[in-house]
Amino acid sequence: MEGLARNDRQTIEKIYSGHFGMIQSLIINNNGSADDARDIFQEAMIVLYEKSRSEDFELHCQVKTYLYSVCRRLWLKKLSQTHRFVPEINGIAELVPIEEEIDANDERNQEFIHMENALSRLGEPCRSLLEAYYLQKKSMSEIASGFGYTNPDNAKNQKYKCLVRLRKLFFSEYKTNNGDG
Amino acid sequence: MDNIQLLDAIERYLNNEMTEAERIGFEQLRKSNIEVDQMVVEHSAFLNQLNKYGENKEFHTVLNEVHHDLTSRGLIREVPPKAVIAQLWKKHKRVMAVAASIAGITTMLIAGFAAYYSRRASNAELEQLSKKFENTERKVNALRAQVESDKAVVIDKAPSNTPIKSGGTGFLIDESGYLATNAHVVEGSSVVVLENYKGLEFRARIVHINAENDIAILKIEDADYHTRSPLPYAIKMTGAELGEQLFTLGYPREEIVYNEGYMSAKTGFNGDTLTCQIGVPANPGNSGGPVFNRNGEVIAIINTRQAQAEGVVFAINAKNIINSIEAISADSSNANIVKLPLSSSLKGVDRVQQIRKIQDCVFMVKSY
Repeated sequence: MEGLARNDRQTIEKIYSGHFGMIQSLIINNNGSADDARDIFQEAMIVLYEKSRSEDFELHCQVKTYLYSVCRRLWLKKLSQTHRFVPEINGIAELVPIEEEIDANDERNQEFIHMENALSRLGEPCRSLLEAYYLQKKSMSEIASGFGYTNPDNAKNQKYKCLVRLRKLFFSEYKTNNGDG
Repeated sequence: MDNIQLLDAIERYLNNEMTEAERIGFEQLRKSNIEVDQMVVEHSAFLNQLNKYGENKEFHTVLNEVHHDLTSRGLIREVPPKAVIAQLWKKHKRVMAVAASIAGITTMLIAGFAAYYSRRASNAELEQLSKKFENTERKVNALRAQVESDKAVVIDKAPSNTPIKSGGTGFLIDESGYLATNAHVVEGSSVVVLENYKGLEFRARIVHINAENDIAILKIEDADYHTRSPLPYAIKMTGAELGEQLFTLGYPREEIVYNEGYMSAKTGFNGDTLTCQIGVPANPGNSGGPVFNRNGEVIAIINTRQAQAEGVVFAINAKNIINSIEAISADSSNANIVKLPLSSSLKGVDRVQQIRKIQDCVFMVKSY
């Protein structure tokens, strides 16, 4: 679990190879495809990852049970969204309550969608600039040389301009969507 | 501009990059100016959000990489979703069975109609190569019989005062006297008389007619016919290759006529796979005639030519004879009553010699 929180490749591989087959058969036995299984499983992994990073993290059950429960919920939700009919997901009935995580995950996904939209509407080179600084954590001088600015201060200035625009986009996006919903 | 400086200040503050003095000054500003304070909180949340977004994206990339990696290493396997159909099947077995039977019946009906009408249509476009005898020809025949009666005693076996309805060609498929010809040559006739190239006539009975394949099987029932030595040619079931040399023998006239050509296409009219197209001239009277390859194996039976096109002749694949033979065997108590010749003794023989041996086995079919 500590490995997962540290984003450790080996731990991820271990969890992945140990549980993907189970989830795949769950999805495929319930009107899904291998691609669906992959999406759902990866989303569940993200839920697990977020959980492992939260401070009050404690898992009261096996990783297997946890992942299974999360995937089952996520898949049911997806099925109802796409109006595909499924009467009852059959499989092992051992489940743990995961309501909170699912809700938190939904909220998070919603926010990520907002961010993604805002970023995509931002346009180039602002987007790359911000991604380089905030996501890839590059230093200002690296960015300046990479993007062809004469000095780091120039780049920094540009970055702030972009950031102001991104904030505007993000909050307007956030407001319109939340106002609608 | 102010805004940007403020943002810079906030970021440095949040990242703990400020000097002690700056920090105290900034905190003072926060306390005194609510707007700045709000901005700090908001920006901190925003950066947090951006950060999480980045981490999430990163993690997703890692997951995808892991997935790809594990798949290529064979540690996980993507299964095709075959269970869906099985499940649907299990669930809707009853409904499906009913649906399938309804669909089946409908298809049969439609196919039946289609076949009925297409046959009608194709009849207009295809010309059957059986002869329609007219009275004049009948007279010629009678004259010829008279002439030949000088040489040998030829008894006219045709029923007197009955006009010939149609004529064609037939060939032996069993030395005991079974012949194959086209169904349309003998269809609807009461009496069938065969004539060989020497002008000798034999009475024959229609044993089996398969109108769908256009194949009829006749049996010579005449005291004058003696079971002959084994047939020189074979019936080839596998058909011929495109471009293969072919030849035919038939009776478009009162005389046996040889023609040669090649295999043109593996399917017949409108892509019919029961038949093939040959590039051999054929005329009314050739119907039912055998088509040989260069080894003297029968590969097909001529049946029609396209009316609007020049030199497009269709022939029924020889393997269709089998169906008729099976039908006969099923009817009779004696299984394997007809033994198709399966080996040819004409391989590598000069064409003239081949024809000399084959011609006894090819008859003119006259139906009354």
